[in-house]
Amino acid sequence: MNKLRENTALKGWLMVSPLAAVLFFFLVLPIILIVIVSFWRATEFSIIPAFEFDNYAFLFGSPVTYTVFFNTFKYALITWACTLLIGFTVAYYLAFHIRSLTWQIALFLLCTIPFWTSNIIRMISWIPFLGRNGIANSALLSWGVIDEPLEWLLFSDFAVILAFVHLYTLFMVVPIFNTMMRIDKSLIEAARDAGANGAQILWNVIIPLTKPGIMIGTIFVVTLVMGDFITVRFMSGSQSANVGRLISNDIALLQYPSASATAIVLLVTVLITIGILLRFVDIRKEL
Amino acid sequence: MEPRPRSFYVLTAFFTVFILFLYGPTITIGILSFQGEGGGLTFPMRGVSLHWFYDLFEQQAVGDIWGSFRRSFLLGLMVMIVTVVVSVMGGLAFRSKFPGSNILFYLIITSLVIPSILISLGVGLLFSQSGLEVHWSTSGFGAQLTWTLPFGLLIMFAVFNRFDKSYEEAARDLGASPWQTLRHVVLPIIAPSLIGVALFGFTLSYDEFARTLLTSGSYNTLPLEIFGMTTNVTSPVLYALGTLTTVFSLVIIGVFLCVALIMNRRKSRQASDAGKGDL
Repeated sequence: MNKLRENTALKGWLMVSPLAAVLFFFLVLPIILIVIVSFWRATEFSIIPAFEFDNYAFLFGSPVTYTVFFNTFKYALITWACTLLIGFTVAYYLAFHIRSLTWQIALFLLCTIPFWTSNIIRMISWIPFLGRNGIANSALLSWGVIDEPLEWLLFSDFAVILAFVHLYTLFMVVPIFNTMMRIDKSLIEAARDAGANGAQILWNVIIPLTKPGIMIGTIFVVTLVMGDFITVRFMSGSQSANVGRLISNDIALLQYPSASATAIVLLVTVLITIGILLRFVDIRKEL
Repeated sequence: MEPRPRSFYVLTAFFTVFILFLYGPTITIGILSFQGEGGGLTFPMRGVSLHWFYDLFEQQAVGDIWGSFRRSFLLGLMVMIVTVVVSVMGGLAFRSKFPGSNILFYLIITSLVIPSILISLGVGLLFSQSGLEVHWSTSGFGAQLTWTLPFGLLIMFAVFNRFDKSYEEAARDLGASPWQTLRHVVLPIIAPSLIGVALFGFTLSYDEFARTLLTSGSYNTLPLEIFGMTTNVTSPVLYALGTLTTVFSLVIIGVFLCVALIMNRRKSRQASDAGKGDL
């Protein structure tokens, strides 16, 4: 018996060794290195091994850091609320209002196809809509809603959040739809037989049973938004900043040690957020 | 069938608006890429022409697009193959607990949720500090795997959670060796989901930007090339390129979906008629 167990352990290790190797060399080692470099010193053209807390001291001493972290949380929270509302409604429609499985799959695929196309192009494609002479402004002008073009449509926080919602709502729809499809329909019939109306069924039966899907979607959206730097840079026209942009700016200036320190603080923040969210859901059970 | 409640029509309208929101911008730049020669980045259209598509084929106009496309395509294939193989092996291994499986599972989750820029920065530092040169086929390849493997593995976990073990037991009872069981029973059953893993592997790699930013070296992949264009190209040639890559992505998705459909058809045609009562 003991030998058999050893045998399965060995087999397991052999099977995961390529996976473990990739994760070790391209995830664990890089993180360790970032931690080390965050204590180094930078000159104008090189980085020097050292062990000093200057980078962190500077980071926590600068008021910019707090504004930027606040911005990051703001984007994450607003995007989360929007994607949750839209994603839940879409998943609910697909799971409970579409009656044939073929149609459910077809419409679900229609929702997921953009996920497999380029994010950058999907960002670029907002330009003709939101620009000063774009479709939104011309339409509003011709309807007489506004007298002059709105300046805050493109290159603003509004554009950033719109792009986030556009890019990441899929990440809410998929897990929520997945859990909804596994809800036993007889539970809903039972609730109806017991005299519950539509809103009560939604609030007391469907939402509690969908919680794991909502949590998984939340983890995706929150981490994607918190780690982003390119959407914020592109859609705000470099006018707003989040933590990711702070890091990428340091990298562009070859200030790797201070980029690393910021990156570590960001990583810790993200992991704490995930840790809190994971208390509400067991991912392995929900797959 | 019972009649549709009123909420059905409200939600249908909502869903339609959502789909328009999802596809509208992409369709718009699709239309605008046929902008006439004197046209700009927004409506109105000044005539209809293929001018901007021709522009793409003139090398000097916009940098090395075709080279970057070739690199992205090749890299996508490499990532796809490795993702499928490693995910299947990992999925099989995770069916039984082994020492360290929990740590590995949390590493997979970390790989999924870690901000991409950390991978980019870390892998870039790793290569520069150890004196290696960053290149899309080495550091870029590895950095992209940290993004595609978690997706592949999560799909495999989902597949094996629903896998009926009695098929394997039946094969074993009939005297199949472990390898034969895997080759003739397990792999054919999970094959359609491998199409899904392959689709994720290829498209996520083909479109990846953040993780390749500092790890691709002096030769750009296509998303990096496109992003470079956004800062200095202000003509509809950007839309033409966007339209072409989107069409390419859609073709790839279509091919994968067709393969999955055909495999499903064939499987149901070859399925056993046991229990159906035909003699």
